Amino acid sequence: MAAIFQGVGAAATLSSSPSNSFVPKKFLTSPRRSFCVRKVPSSVVVRSDGSVNFDLNSKSRRAQQLVANAVATKADSSAASSSSNPGHELLLFEALREGLEEEMERDPCVCVMGEDVGHYGGSYKVTKDLAKKFGDLRVLDTPIAENSFTGMGIGAAMTGLRPVVEGMNMGFLLLAFNQISNNCGMLHYTSGGQFTIPIVIRGPGGVGRQLGAEHSQRLESYFQSIPGIQMVACSTPYNAKGLMKAAIRSENPVILFEHVLLYNLKERIPDEDYICNLEEAEMVRPGEHVTILTYSRMRYHVMQAAKTLVNKGYDPEVIDIRSLKPFDLYTIGNSVKKTHRVVIVEECMRTGGIGASLTAAITENFNDYLDAPIMCLSSQDVPTPYAGTLEEWTVVQPAQIVTAVEQLCQ
Amino acid sequence: MALSYLRSSSSRSANLLRPLSSAASLRRPISTDTTPITIETSVPFTSHQCEAPSRSVETNPSELLTFFRDMALMRRMEIAADSLYKAKLIRGFCHLYDGQEAVAVGMEAAITKKDCIITAYRDHCTFVGRGGTLLEVFAELMGRQAGCSKGKGGSMHFYKKDSNFYGGHGIVGAQVPLGCGLAFAQKYSKDESVTFALYGDGAANQGQLFEALNISALWDLPAILVCENNHYGMGTAEWRAAKSPAYYKRGDYVPGLKVDGMDALAVKQACKFAKEHALKNGPIILEMDTYRYHGHSMSDPGSTYRTRDEISGVRQERDPIERVRKLVLSHDLATEKELKDIEKEVRKEVDNAIAQAKESPMPEPSELFSNVYAKGLGAESFGADRKEVRATLA
Repeated sequence: MAAIFQGVGAAATLSSSPSNSFVPKKFLTSPRRSFCVRKVPSSVVVRSDGSVNFDLNSKSRRAQQLVANAVATKADSSAASSSSNPGHELLLFEALREGLEEEMERDPCVCVMGEDVGHYGGSYKVTKDLAKKFGDLRVLDTPIAENSFTGMGIGAAMTGLRPVVEGMNMGFLLLAFNQISNNCGMLHYTSGGQFTIPIVIRGPGGVGRQLGAEHSQRLESYFQSIPGIQMVACSTPYNAKGLMKAAIRSENPVILFEHVLLYNLKERIPDEDYICNLEEAEMVRPGEHVTILTYSRMRYHVMQAAKTLVNKGYDPEVIDIRSLKPFDLYTIGNSVKKTHRVVIVEECMRTGGIGASLTAAITENFNDYLDAPIMCLSSQDVPTPYAGTLEEWTVVQPAQIVTAVEQLCQ
Repeated sequence: MALSYLRSSSSRSANLLRPLSSAASLRRPISTDTTPITIETSVPFTSHQCEAPSRSVETNPSELLTFFRDMALMRRMEIAADSLYKAKLIRGFCHLYDGQEAVAVGMEAAITKKDCIITAYRDHCTFVGRGGTLLEVFAELMGRQAGCSKGKGGSMHFYKKDSNFYGGHGIVGAQVPLGCGLAFAQKYSKDESVTFALYGDGAANQGQLFEALNISALWDLPAILVCENNHYGMGTAEWRAAKSPAYYKRGDYVPGLKVDGMDALAVKQACKFAKEHALKNGPIILEMDTYRYHGHSMSDPGSTYRTRDEISGVRQERDPIERVRKLVLSHDLATEKELKDIEKEVRKEVDNAIAQAKESPMPEPSELFSNVYAKGLGAESFGADRKEVRATLA
């Protein structure tokens, strides 16, 4: 499969503006800090046969890139390394760390701030040893003050730094909602394009193992309306590293949702530098009968259900939507046009979740292609209980997915 | 055009007061006269956890006249905005700064454009102080294309990136952590510049302020928190909102300085002192004792929670422009007529800018979708078939 490379372009120059936005001349300025200025790297397309294309024409590159990735399938995770290199095996949190470390090495403007990210190494070890390597000014331990350190990250981003703000648990970022919504999301617009906010806000969320109601929140449903931000959810070590790198390089504020239960997933990932497109969905298993859209942890529940379904004779197409804002309606649309049936499996609550928005988006755009109403399986509209059995019933289980598909495909 | 400030480049040793006789001969080339004058501030500084700077401020005729002109311009601009609002050309919220001009002007005199300023929604004059043009101000207020934020921000969202003015924020107190972030970036890139994060007496009670202050003090950031204390948080007097209205002391472990915010020279001295302090020792709080003549915003008459006598009393005794006028006249730096001429000139400038701004068109419909995302790794939202571009989020 073709891998898209983002090579580092020529040495940093003072004259180029940090972003490619269409901004009238009077707002283009030479940034204050020379070492933080990067020319937008030219992209290199490396095909699986080893040939290399230097394609600076972004439109044609995009067309090729889209076709390649949209139907690229990984029958099993080892296909990720089917090209010349065997790759290396690691856990998801290590993949995140690798992505972060590589970006910090590549660009001195990247810094990390959060609670216990420095000397402690990160509560989920994503930033382990980074403070030793890069120093206290680049990996910053903050006090427990989400509102202000998120605000500080945004202020720093306004000047051209590229902070990665970690919420120890995504739920804590509710305290920083004002900063994320008003400043992070909207400043590019309200300043008429003068400031970009290249910040990455990341952290684990989702329902864990009996962590209690306040530590099992799904913030993607709260953040999805904020204009100006991008939201992505990683689910495998491969896309975790790719999305982390793409998020750091993006000029837009990106919220990267990780999941507490996925940090120890193991996978073999390529040795080469690669990124994952922030706006694209991932085809996990192509099929013919029904489209199952999912993301983050529910992907694994869906794949488990898919095994059962295949044994029963169904052929589900599983797509990990990955990009929660904006939705990759191209990949999703192609799938809907093929299968005519959609099941959405998500961890958000029924009311106002990602699934609810996705249902609306699909209905609006592809109503003519649907043979049946969309089924959206979400968590219950309750605070996540502590008791194990109750917690199980809160989230969607593989058996429910199987039943839903069977019902839909009657 | 941008207001010109001559940095007070007077040498430290020249602390002489010009005798009156030679003052007469210097009167002709006023705008370039940089002979140093020393003037005492109206009241001494009160300090908390630090040594207060001296009351004697070095300045020169050119600077004083610049102060006068700039403050007159700001005052005229705000009054004009008042009329425009009443004529329904400016809608929504409009928070006017008249009475507080000395803070904007004094601060600019002490710093460079490499230092950052961030403030809340009462930002028109601060924007002008940073080099913003009147056209950009009025066009933005009226929502036109020629505005500094292309008409998409409005009164509370003025920004000027090339002179490090970071706005312009509507939510009370949210700009202070942003300001500390700016200071962090300055420390990160070893800029030798500082950030002034302005907030009001109402915002001084926000938790995020103390959070940001704690982090700034911990990390030794060159952040200067400036409380523009105009004694009213919208309709609530400071003594009804704050148990301890001594805002300069509220930093506890962070040093603070209380300044007469109606005296541009005192403000200049304090900001200079603060900049030196912040570069060496980390954050410092400045409390500017100032006053706003208008209500909190155009929707607030400003007289239900304070008496008209109070307002006119302050206007008579502490008005910043009058103070500089008296200084200029008493030191014989210009005649009454020259000052009146400056005011007339300023008035014309404002009127011209308004006329020009009125001619600027409203933004194009496509501007609705521009600048939502920056062009990064491809943030174009295609329609369902990827061929037809639904909305290009530029």
